[in-house]
Amino acid sequence: MVELAMKKPIIEVRHVNKSFGDNHVLKDFSMSVYPGENLVILGKSGSGKSVLIKCIINLIQVDRGDIVVLDTPIQGLEQDELDGLRAEVGFLFQSNALYDSMTVRKNLEFPLRIHWTKEQRASGAEAAVREALDDVGLLHTIDMMPQQLSGGMKKRVALARSLILKPKVILYDEPTTGLDPITSREISHLMVRVQKKYNATSVIISHDLNCIEITSDRVIMLIDGTCYADDTLAALRKSEDPRIKEFFE
Amino acid sequence: MNLLKFLDHQFFIEAGEMSRFAARFFKEASKPKQEYEEFINQCFVIGYKTLTLVGVTAFIMGLVLTIQSRPTLLEFGAEAMLPAMVSVSLIREIAPVITALICAGKIGSGLGAELGSMKVTEQIDAMEVSGTNPFKYLVVTRVMAATLMVPLLSSLANAISLYGGYLGVNIRGHVSWHLYWFQVFDALSFGDVIPSLIKTFFFGFAIGIVGCYKGFSSQKGTEGVGRSATTAVIVASLMVFIIDLIAVQITDLLGLT
Repeated sequence: MVELAMKKPIIEVRHVNKSFGDNHVLKDFSMSVYPGENLVILGKSGSGKSVLIKCIINLIQVDRGDIVVLDTPIQGLEQDELDGLRAEVGFLFQSNALYDSMTVRKNLEFPLRIHWTKEQRASGAEAAVREALDDVGLLHTIDMMPQQLSGGMKKRVALARSLILKPKVILYDEPTTGLDPITSREISHLMVRVQKKYNATSVIISHDLNCIEITSDRVIMLIDGTCYADDTLAALRKSEDPRIKEFFE
Repeated sequence: MNLLKFLDHQFFIEAGEMSRFAARFFKEASKPKQEYEEFINQCFVIGYKTLTLVGVTAFIMGLVLTIQSRPTLLEFGAEAMLPAMVSVSLIREIAPVITALICAGKIGSGLGAELGSMKVTEQIDAMEVSGTNPFKYLVVTRVMAATLMVPLLSSLANAISLYGGYLGVNIRGHVSWHLYWFQVFDALSFGDVIPSLIKTFFFGFAIGIVGCYKGFSSQKGTEGVGRSATTAVIVASLMVFIIDLIAVQITDLLGLT
């Protein structure tokens, strides 16, 4: 932790507030994410974890506070600047969000159409798609439709799509939800492997303790809209605080 | 106070939101970098895949109208007027409106369900995260395709329904192919064809906007998707009748009737 604190954060969330009507989801929430780490945000369902990472990528706008991603404050960015920043950040959606009218190949090529030139796409798209699919072990599905894939395969393809632009940061929204324990473990190991290969920083939203155990370098507990605890999983397991303990019992 | 309460009614809120959505369409459509590939794809989906349905309906429409009109005209000894009467009825009103209603059902519900399911499964968010403007990619292309395809489908429906009329005329009587078409074109003027064609562009635009708006504003999971598809059909059909009413009033005022 001390070592991390000496690095410059890759993502900084400062005093963020977000409400939906009378429901105050994030209350003066702050956190820092450092280069190369796997940070897990743990919290109960409905505690605002997904809202938080959607705020980081500006899919949801915060009411108050600042978010700085890769040295760029995301509030007030022009659309082109925001699109450029988003190319550096991969996002794995909870529902996978694969485009169901497109093949796996087209799904993976989709982000390239904005961020690569026509010439780059003509010469490099096929190789990039194959590399990303190979990384998740699903090269043989390249011409399949998403409906033909199992839940775990969809998750892997969605991960391959978020890797295609070789992002510096990968945001995972409950990556193992709805998967069986074996597939869940495979996905968790895959996330660690991918993070090492791409030298990326990961922010993982989860309440799956197996996944957290495999992937986390550090864990933040989001309770009542605030950063309730920030430590390693091992340290949090030893905590005597009843609100922390209830997660591990 | 009562006025405020009245304006707070769901109908006005919905109408306001839809107007904003339409205004955003014009704003996004006027920006450079259009999604031509997706536009062509949507023209195929909206136009080509509705062709058979529109064609069959138009044929039956022409045939039935002719068969139903014959006894009345016969009573007045005006059977010879049948091709002229049928052509004016079909071209001015029946073929464009029926085509638009079929499109409201097929295209409106299709757009509502497609975009609605994309919304609830986070595909629209994924598009935004990948740097693509989902409004431009999904809405602008689909609305433009509907605006272009509905007039083409309607023109095709005009031709097929007139052919249906020819068969209808010849079930009980005999009118030669040349005489039938001569009477049809003799009865029609530009004042009949042009306003009818112009209003179909508005029909197409309304169907596209309503379908996309309902899909884009879909909520509450799969239940919401179903509701979006249903309300898209209802609102689009209603819009077709309202636009038709306005179009008739305008052509009347311009003396084109």
